[in-house]
Amino acid sequence: MTIALNSTAPLPRRRSAPRGAGFEPVFEGVCFAAATALLASLGGVVVSLMVGGWPALTRFGFGFLTTSTWDPVKEVYGAAGPIVGTLITSALALILALPVAGGVAFFLVELCPAFLRRTIGTAVELLAGIPSIVYGMWGLFVFAPFFSQHVELPLMSAAPPGSLLESLTQGVPNGSGILAASIILAIMILPFIAATLRELLTAVPPQVRESAYGLGATMGEVAMKVTLPYVRRGAIGAVMLGLGRALGETMAVTFIIGNSHDLPKGLFASGSTIASTIANEFTEATSPLHTASLIALGLVLFAITFTVLALARLMLRQPARL
Amino acid sequence: MLKTILAAGAGLAAALACTAALAATISGAGATFPAPVYAKWAETYKARSGLLLNYQAIGSGGGIKQIEAKTVDFGASDKPLKPDVLAANGLMQFPTVVGGVVPVVNLPGIAPGAIRLSGAVLADIYRGVRTFWDDPAIKVINPRVKLPHARITVVHRSDGSGTSFLFTSYLALKAPHWAKEVGANDAVSWPVGVGGKGNDGVAAMVKQTPGAIGYVEYAYAKQNRMIYALMQNRAGGWVAPTAENFAAAAAGAKWQAAPGFYLLLLDQPGGKSWPITGATFILMHQKQANAQNAHDVLAFFDWAYKNGNPAAQQLDYVPLPEPVKALIRKSWLKIVGPNGQPVYR
Repeated sequence: MTIALNSTAPLPRRRSAPRGAGFEPVFEGVCFAAATALLASLGGVVVSLMVGGWPALTRFGFGFLTTSTWDPVKEVYGAAGPIVGTLITSALALILALPVAGGVAFFLVELCPAFLRRTIGTAVELLAGIPSIVYGMWGLFVFAPFFSQHVELPLMSAAPPGSLLESLTQGVPNGSGILAASIILAIMILPFIAATLRELLTAVPPQVRESAYGLGATMGEVAMKVTLPYVRRGAIGAVMLGLGRALGETMAVTFIIGNSHDLPKGLFASGSTIASTIANEFTEATSPLHTASLIALGLVLFAITFTVLALARLMLRQPARL
Repeated sequence: MLKTILAAGAGLAAALACTAALAATISGAGATFPAPVYAKWAETYKARSGLLLNYQAIGSGGGIKQIEAKTVDFGASDKPLKPDVLAANGLMQFPTVVGGVVPVVNLPGIAPGAIRLSGAVLADIYRGVRTFWDDPAIKVINPRVKLPHARITVVHRSDGSGTSFLFTSYLALKAPHWAKEVGANDAVSWPVGVGGKGNDGVAAMVKQTPGAIGYVEYAYAKQNRMIYALMQNRAGGWVAPTAENFAAAAAGAKWQAAPGFYLLLLDQPGGKSWPITGATFILMHQKQANAQNAHDVLAFFDWAYKNGNPAAQQLDYVPLPEPVKALIRKSWLKIVGPNGQPVYR
C-alpha cells in the first residue's frame, strides 16, 4: 500500500525542499496507521466474536439460527426469536421513518421559508443527539400508556374474529411490543436519514429542478421524478445508515419490546432483538455456554449488519439511470 | 485555552496525589442489589479509617467472573455459589444483608395487602395455567375479595437478576411443575408474560397494565408504595412483606447446617417469616496473595456488621441476625495469606 502511494504523482523536484517536507512521511504514516488500526480492530472484533461464540456454534450448529428455544436453565439456546425480532423491528422502523424523513428533507430544501429552515434543521439535528436511554424511558413511561389506550385497545377490539387484523394485533395491549419498539426506533433513525437526505437534496443543481418546473411539472412530480431520483444513490447510503443504527439499537428497544425470546406472534406481542438480549443477559450470564451463546448472537448481528452494508455498496455500484 | 488545560492537568495531578496519599484502596465488583448499602457503608468507613472502597455494580455474573479472574479483592453475588463450585475455585462466601422479593399487582380497587397468594397459585399464574383473576384457585384463598373477571398479565424481569433467581427458586420449591418445566435461574425461559428491564421496568409495566402481576425487590416495592400481595408462609400464616418478617425468615434459618453459607431463605419456618427472602453474598479467595488487602476487606465488613445496621435499615435492607454474624466471623479464619496464617482475626 505504501509503495502505491509513493509511486503516484511524484512531486516536481526543487532546489531546496519546501518547508515542512520532512513532515510528509510522518503524516503519511499517521494516516496509514489510522486506516489500518481501524481495519485491525474490526478484524479483532470478528475473531474474538468467533472465538467467544465458538462453543455455542459447535454445540447447536445451524439450529442456533433456526430454533427459538432460549432456556438458560436447561442450557438450550436458539436465536431465531431475537434474529426475527431484529429484522422485523428494523424493517418496520425503516418503513415508518423513510416517508417522513423524505418529507422533512424535501420541505426543508424546496418549500421552507428561509427563517424557518435553520430552526427546523437544527431541531432535526438535535433529535439525533438525544441519548437512546431517554428514548427508552420516554417510550416506557409516556409513549406506552398512550399507545396502549389509543392505538392497541381500539385496534384489537375493532378486529373482526378470524381476520388478518386480528392475527396482526395479537398480544398484550400494554403499550410494549414489536410495533411500539419499531415506532420508537423509527423516531430514533428519522433525524439521521432526514439530515443526510437534506444534504443530498441541497446538492441537486438548481438547473435540474428549474428545468423541470419550467416544463410545467408540479411540485410532487419534481420531488418524485426529478430530485429524488437524482440523489437516489446517495439516498440508499442514507437509508442504510439508518438501518444500521436500527439493527444495533439496544437500550430504547430493551425498555419497550417486552423481551420475550419466542418468535413474535403479532405486532403487539412481546419480542426481543439481538442487541436487547445481549444487554439483558450478558452481565448476569455465569455459565460458559450462556456467555458463548450471547457472544454468538453478537456475531450474528455483525453478519447481518455486514450484509446490509454490503448490499448498500452493491446498489451504489450500479450505474445511475436517469 | 492553554491555561484551562494546564489548570485541569494540575487539578488531575492533585487528585491523583491525594489518592496516592490515602494508599489503602480495596476493590470489589458484582451485584447491583446491595450496591447502595455498600456505598453508604464505604462512605462512613472512609471518614473513620481512610480506607477507600471501589465497588463496581456490574451484576452478580460479572462479580463472579471478576473474582475468579482475581481482578478484584472481593466479588459480590445475589446468588450463592454451591459448595462444590466454591471449592473448585478456591473461594469462600459469606452473606452481608438480607432482602426479599415481593409480588405486586395492578387490580382496580384492591389495596396493598388486600389480596392473598400462595406459592402454588403464584407458580400456576406464572406458568400461564391460571389466566383470570376470578380463577377458583385464587378465589378460594381470597374469600372476602371481589375479584374481577380480568385477564392476568404476567410481568417478569427481562434482565438476568438475583431477584428472578430468588423468585424462580421459590416457585420451583413450591410447585413441582415449575421445577420440572421452567426451573430456577437468574434468567429462565418464561412460559408467558412480558419482560421489563430492571425493577423500574417491571413496576412500570405492572402500573400501566390493569390486571398485571409482577415481582420486585422489597425496597423498590416499599419506596414506590406498590400494591403488594400477602403470601402464605410455611407455617400457613398470611404475611406482609415487612422488614420484621424478612428478619424473622433470616433468624429462623439454619445457617450452622449450611456449608459455605449456601442457603436461600425461602419458605423458612416461623409464623412471621416472609417466604421469598434471600441474602446477598460476598465472594473471596481462601488463599490470598495480598494479605493486607484481604485484611482491609474483612476489617471493612467486620466494621459494617458492628456499625452498619442503621444505615442498612434506612435503605430498606435487613441486617443479619447477630448469631449469623458470629458464625461468619469464625469462617473468616479460613482466609489465609501467603504465610498460611489467617489474614484477619
